[in-house]
This record gives sequence, C-alpha cells and structure tokens, in this order.
Amino acid sequence: MQMTGAQIFVECLRQEKVDLFFGYPGGVLLGIYDELYNCDVKHILTRHEQGAVHAADGYARSTGRVGVCLATSGPGATNLVTGIATAYMDSVPMVVFTGQVPTSAIGNDAFQEVDIVGITRPIVKHSYLVKDVLDLARTIKEAFHIASTGRPGPVLVDIPKDVIHAKCDFVYPDTVNIAGYKPNTTGHPGQIKKVVDYVRDARRPLLYVGGGVKSADANEELRQLAHTLRIPVTETLMGLGSIDGYDDLAIGMLGMHGCYAANMAVSDCDLIICVGARFDDRVTGKLSEFAKGAKVIHFDIDPSSISKSVYAHHPVVGDIKIVLGQLLEELQKHDIEELKKGHEEWIRQVAEWKEQFPLSYQQDGDVIKPQFVLETLSKMIKGKNVFVTTEVGQHQMWAAQFIQFEHPRKFITSGGLGTMGYGFPAAIGAAFANPDAIVIDVAGDGSIQMNIQEMMIAVQHKRNVKILILNNGFLGMVRQWQQLFFDRRYSSTDIEMQPDFVKLGEAYGATGLRTNKIDEVEGILKKMLETPGPVIVDIVTAREENVMPMVPAGASVRDMILTD
Amino acid sequence: MRHTISIIVENQFGVLSRVTGLFSGRGYNIESLTVAPQDDKNFSRITIVTTGDDAVVEQITKQLHKLINTLKVTDLTNEDHVERELMLVKISCNSTATRSEILQIMDIFRGKTVDVGMKSITIEVTGAEEKVNAFLDMVRPFGIKEMVRTGKVAMLRGQKPGI
Ligand SMILES: Cc1ncc(C[n+]2csc(CCOP(=O)(O)OP(=O)(O)O)c2C)c(N)n1
Repeated sequence: MQMTGAQIFVECLRQEKVDLFFGYPGGVLLGIYDELYNCDVKHILTRHEQGAVHAADGYARSTGRVGVCLATSGPGATNLVTGIATAYMDSVPMVVFTGQVPTSAIGNDAFQEVDIVGITRPIVKHSYLVKDVLDLARTIKEAFHIASTGRPGPVLVDIPKDVIHAKCDFVYPDTVNIAGYKPNTTGHPGQIKKVVDYVRDARRPLLYVGGGVKSADANEELRQLAHTLRIPVTETLMGLGSIDGYDDLAIGMLGMHGCYAANMAVSDCDLIICVGARFDDRVTGKLSEFAKGAKVIHFDIDPSSISKSVYAHHPVVGDIKIVLGQLLEELQKHDIEELKKGHEEWIRQVAEWKEQFPLSYQQDGDVIKPQFVLETLSKMIKGKNVFVTTEVGQHQMWAAQFIQFEHPRKFITSGGLGTMGYGFPAAIGAAFANPDAIVIDVAGDGSIQMNIQEMMIAVQHKRNVKILILNNGFLGMVRQWQQLFFDRRYSSTDIEMQPDFVKLGEAYGATGLRTNKIDEVEGILKKMLETPGPVIVDIVTAREENVMPMVPAGASVRDMILTD
Repeated sequence: MRHTISIIVENQFGVLSRVTGLFSGRGYNIESLTVAPQDDKNFSRITIVTTGDDAVVEQITKQLHKLINTLKVTDLTNEDHVERELMLVKISCNSTATRSEILQIMDIFRGKTVDVGMKSITIEVTGAEEKVNAFLDMVRPFGIKEMVRTGKVAMLRGQKPGI
C-alpha cells in the first residue's frame, strides 16, 4: 500500500510498540503532526524541545524501553543537543527524530536549516539523514535496533520535509542486518572460567557496579553473584539500586562523594570485579593510586570501555545479564566454600569502616539541613513505588547518599554530563511511563529554573510529579568549590533573586508548599506524597552546607576529606 | 609510536567524517589518510597513519570498531604487511645537465617522468614511505616547486583475509 513519509513514520512507531512520545512541532513537521490525528500513538507536547528530549530520556531510564522524541528543523533540532548528549553519556536507549528542510534546499542555508547530523555526530551512537522515502521504514527499524542493543544510546534520524510528503509502498523489515554492527552478547566461555581463578586467589574481592547492570536488567544476577560468593558491592551514581541499598553486602556509592567505606574498600581490595561501569574520573580520583594492589576484572558490553583508563587484567565482553548468568552457572561446578575463603573477614572489615565513618551531618538548631530532608524522605518512601530523579548539584549528591534505593531504575540522574535542568522533564517522562508511581524530582533552586516551563504539561496531564527544592539560595555545588578552593570568593553563585516557587507552582495550577521549620519537614513531605498531581515543595535549607565526604579533584580516593 | 591502521567501512555518506571526527574529537592526530572504494562498491578502505602509545592506539581501534558502519579495523603496524605511497614532485631544472642528473636519480628510484617543461620536470615515485622520502632528499637541492603525496596505503601480506 502506498503511504506518505508521515504515514510511514507513524506506522513505524506503532510497529515498534511506541505508546507515547514527546515533541514540539514546526513548519517542516506539519505533515507528521497532521498524521497524528489518525493513530493511537500518543504525542505529548512539551513546552521546550529540551523538555521533550529529557522526558524521552526519563521514560527510557524508568522502563528500559526506547524513549522517543521529535523536533522540527533548525532551532528545534539544536534545542535537543543537551538532551542527546545527556543520553549519550549515560547510555540511554533513545530515538530522536528531527525534521529537515527539503532535500533540494539542504546546503543552501535555507530558512531553519542546520546540519543537525553534523552537530550531533560526536554525541550519538549513530545517525541518519533520510534522503529518500524508500529508505525511511528501514532506517527507523535500524534506529530502534541500534538504540536498544549493545551498549544503548541515542540515535538521530533527520527527515527532510519532501521525504515526509513523498509516497511509496510501506514495507517494514522483519530483521535488521547491518554489516558492521553485530554486538557480542555472550561471554567467551574460557574468559568466564578464568574469572573463577581470580576469585579463588582473592581474599578481599569487591564488586564495583555501574549503570550497565540496570541497562541489562541484571540486578537479580548481580545479587545472586554477590551472595553466592559473599562479595561486598559498591555502586557508582549510575549504578545505585543495582543491589538493594538495605542489603547487608551493599556498601553504597564510591568516588568523589562516595562513602568512606566504599573508597577504603576500593583502596584495600585485592580484586575488583567491575560490572557495567567505566572507571569514570569522578570514581577513580587519582588514577595511579586507584586500587593499586588489586587485580581488575571488567565485565562490559562495550569493548572500548575496557582498559580505557584503568588496565583490566581480565576482560569479559558481553551482555551483563548473559555473562553473569554464565558465571553463576560456571560457579556451580566449583567448591563455593573454597572460593569464599576469607571473605567474611573482609566483609567485617568493610562493616567496621561503615560503622566508624558513616555518612553523617549535624542537624543542630532550627536551620534545616538538606541531608535531614532526604533522610526523612528515604524512610517515608521505603517499600513504595516511588521514582526519584534529580537535577545537578549538591542536592543530587545528597540524594545519592541519603536515599536508600531498593530497586534499579528508581533513581534517575544525569551522571556523565551532569545536566542541570534534566531532572524535572525526566521526572515527567518517568511519570508518563509509570502512571501508578510517584515521581519526585529532587532539585536545587538554581537547577529547577532551567526547565520549569514543563510544569505546564505535568499539570495538564495530571502527572504525579513532585518537585522537592532544597533551597539554599546558592548554586550550591559551585559555591562549595569556591569555598574550598577559591577562598570563599562566591563569584556569581549567590542567586540573589528567586521567584516565589509556591506562587510559581500555583500559577501553573500545581500545588505549592513551603517551610523553613525543622519540625514541619516530615509533615510537608507527607503532604507532598499524599497530594495528587504535581506539587512543588520549597524547603529553605542551610545556606552553606557542604557535601561530605569529598575527594578533592586529582587526589587519591584514600585521601578523603571527611567533614569540613 | 607510529601506527598504520586499515579500516573497512560501508560506503555511505558521512562515514569518513565519523572516522575523522573520532580522531579530532579525542585529540588524536592523523598523519595521513587515504580512502577509496573497494572492488565491491558497497565498501571502502581507509588507511590512516597515526601516532600514539599502545594504550592510545588500542583506544583508537576500539572506538573505530564501535562506529556502526565499520566492518573491520586492523592495526597493521606489527603485522606482516605491504605498504606504498605515491608522490608527484615538480623539480626545477633549467639546464640539460640538471635534467639528466635528475633522470639518473629517478632511474635508481624506479620513478617515472610524467611531465617535462622548459623550467621543470615532474616525476612520479611510488614505494614505501622511506623510499619516497629518500628520493625527495636527493632532489631537494635542485629546488622543489610543488609536490603532492597520497599518504600511505597498506594491506596484510599473503594468506590473511582482507576483510
Ligand atoms: C547546564 C549546566 N550548567 C552549569 C552547570 C555547572 N553546575 C554544576 S552544579 C551547579 C549548581 C547547581 O545549583 P543548584 O541547582 O541550586 O543546586 P545545589 O548545588 O545548590 O544543590 C552548577 C552551576 C551544570 N552542571 N549544568
């Protein structure tokens, strides 16, 4: 049957079982937008393209499915760039569609023309400019395949206006065959076997877990591995929730703002089993000092992650869920007691560190400490279907430190790029994908103003999204660095003027709440959770509280500053 | 250390810029680059000469491999391989005496005359990079008016498969 490019676009989304996507129209997209009347794929009109791409990202991270967004050519497309880079850094499966000027006009500096394929080349997993309607369906099929397999990532499909209007027969291919793209999912059996030898030789092994476990939905395999061999688990920011935060083997986050026990464990272990993490510089600190005495095993789907910064003595390439499954099977052939030798002693040592130097803060006096708010929240959401997203800054680190995540995908944060303005639209995306859940965006007073306009769609669609502002009147994280490394010269970090966030929420039709009293914190959080629909909570907190502990940039993780 | 990397890619637009963008985006240097289609026009072969320590080159090859349109990436440096480069060089020569001297040198290097004018002679030389360099050193004293080099092309020797 002959279809227009617009009809093909919509039909492909249906074939890919996309139930909803986010976008913003423009001239070249009119054909597609008109076609949306004729289908059941829901389109959510955001108020900014950055909102659309982060919402698609939040949708993807909370479900594991491919997030989809659409923007028009030129400024619409460039408004996506930050969101695409955010998704790329954190390996989020996403397909981004952009409209383009007609093929005949490409290269002429036509109205609203930008080379978006060129602009985004370094921040996509792959991209396409579709020059012929005959290629459209196959390209979309490939885009979804590439985005969701191997190491996931964003794929951009740029569709010129004439392609949207041209017609051809619709054929949706059953399979994808890209000569150069055949990700390896199963681990090499010999490599799996050898892992056991490393474990046998180790007395102080440590599992160091990143976002790859969540990407592969391998948390159950990870839990089994940790418990079978009795190995403590530390997680990166992206990995939080891979193991239940309340599990006795869970140590918590490592790295720059990681906990003492985690960083000591990394420094003292004799075997690091890295699972789906990439030795980011925020994790390793000074490279030459990182895990000096340890052998390194690295499990990853992406061969280019291996030995990129830290040398891996033993790499295992494959899908984390599959390779951990293989390893668990292999373990059954061995004497587990022998493999576990010495581990309990090591676990005791880690527990001792945890006890000696827990994450701590001083809640004295009436001024609300942000950590107190998040610790209180953590207790209140335990066992509940709650997602937490964050913006970027101190509040993000405190959320990572003080909220215990029991399940993967419940903590959604911009790790690799550190994108302020990410959390709120991502929360909306997660809320659309999980209508039964409550989604809380933990925000700073600076960050929340970067995409506050999306409040409108949260209200319009009655999403259960809550914004929890920890309001210190500062661009806090930058201020902290100025305090520690620039002699308290707070250049341009004191946000002198703030809107009235309660009224701002109300102007959009949301509920607004505020407190600056310590004994009201629990009540206001309860109210936030119980009030249906979007709620904005403005909690006035201590102005100059610091995120501790901290590994100064460039220092060894052993040299943590514990308190200020 | 210098490395010669051979890459087979799908012959689609944008592939070359993805490959070179990967180098520039990561601060890797490209010393020379050649690219042309294979016998099967669906594929092209790119030969890149780059410098870096082993870790850097390992990253380069892994990253190249990660590109969706690359089929095969081979670091030829430590493999048994053949390599050639082609150079055209226009040399000053105002007298018959210099001309015959230049032609003599050319003979030794098995070059070819491709153009002769009143004040210059243009010679084609192919061979391993060192040979091309050596020829250039020999004729430099006469005065080089213009030159162009292709950069290295290379492939594995013997039975090892190309793709
Ligand atoms: C888009 C963007 N711009 C700038 C930065 C640099 N930056 C990192 S944290 C931060 C301050 C964030 O302040 P706020 O949102 O108020 O959170 P707080 O640290 O006070 O909790 C800034 C400016 C960034 N991460 N992202």
